[in-house]
Amino acid sequence: MSTPAKGGSMRTPLARVRNLGAAHSGTSDFWRQRVSAIAMILLLIPAILIIMIMLGRNQAGAAQILGSPLIAIIVLLFIVASVLHMKIGMQVVIEDYVHGEKLKLSAIIANNFFCASVALASIYAILKLSSGV
Amino acid sequence: MVEFSLPKNSRITEGKSWPKPAGATEMREFKVYRWNPDDGKNPQLDTYHVDTHDCGPMVLDGLIWIKNNIDPTLTFRRSCREGVCGSCAMNIDGQNTLACTMSMHDTKAGVVKVNPLPHQPVVKDLVPDLTNFYAQYASIEPWLKTTTATPQKEWRQSHEDRAKLDGLYECILCACCSTSCPSYWWNSDRFLGPAALLQATRWVKDSRDEATGERLDNLEDPFRLYRCHTIMNCAKACPKGLNPSQAISELKLKMVERQV
Repeated sequence: MSTPAKGGSMRTPLARVRNLGAAHSGTSDFWRQRVSAIAMILLLIPAILIIMIMLGRNQAGAAQILGSPLIAIIVLLFIVASVLHMKIGMQVVIEDYVHGEKLKLSAIIANNFFCASVALASIYAILKLSSGV
Repeated sequence: MVEFSLPKNSRITEGKSWPKPAGATEMREFKVYRWNPDDGKNPQLDTYHVDTHDCGPMVLDGLIWIKNNIDPTLTFRRSCREGVCGSCAMNIDGQNTLACTMSMHDTKAGVVKVNPLPHQPVVKDLVPDLTNFYAQYASIEPWLKTTTATPQKEWRQSHEDRAKLDGLYECILCACCSTSCPSYWWNSDRFLGPAALLQATRWVKDSRDEATGERLDNLEDPFRLYRCHTIMNCAKACPKGLNPSQAISELKLKMVERQV
């Protein structure tokens, strides 16, 4: 007895498993997820320290701290690593749980737009503060 | 598909409680999943009592005793009764395992709860439909692939290279691991699952095989391979003590190795 074919399809089980073939991708996302995780481990403590130093200061004080290139670069790197990690992680969750091609594609597009917006807004804010414009 | 509750026609109801065997001094209670495709009813959990003095110690012995002495309609697969064939894989006491190697006296609650392997279509009672599972195994092309002319005698392999297949070749394809994997539950149409991937690793690591790259090409896919999130239910479930999760990690490492 074989699985009742979905949508009345009479394709063989092997044809269904092979389907459209392998995408020949996925490794770069897997690798980037690991690299960004390592980056975040290294950057987490400096980033927390920088945020703690800035707590309670006004904009001028924050701008002064972020005016140091080293501090600005650490914060920028942290933003890039964490947003990349967030984007890949969310995409994995969507692929796991959202079925139905239309909804899945929409969710992945929304995830890309959201992560790009968060990254660019954060980077813009840091650059603006650190350059004192 | 992600399903957080069972579909209406799959909800399990309380079933028949069969009379206790007459004259038995020591008994073991079995609660067994029953479903018949022909009667249109929902699945039910039937209660049986097995005379442990008249029966071997394993869960499979109990099921065979029930079939012989109480209810001949009880349906399940079994063959070797010693953990080699993988036919009697089922969910016993909440854990996927082989009924023939699991003692009926080792269950936590004292009651032996027996269900078919999770998240597979049921053919009848404890018999799951493993068509997709077997097709996935076939899709990894589990045979030696070579281009070099076949040698006069055998394809030679060093002892060290042979040792690399240990922990992989022992897989009996019982499907305990794949059907315990949440990623496989949600995406079994595209994710190959721990069993097929462990078998794929077995051929990728075989020193005699000449199609390693081709094999990796066929696995490199966000769904076929990368749905594995190292949940490790597979390693916990495997009745042969294998670790599919580690095998899959080795595959991922090979993927990285040829790119980075």
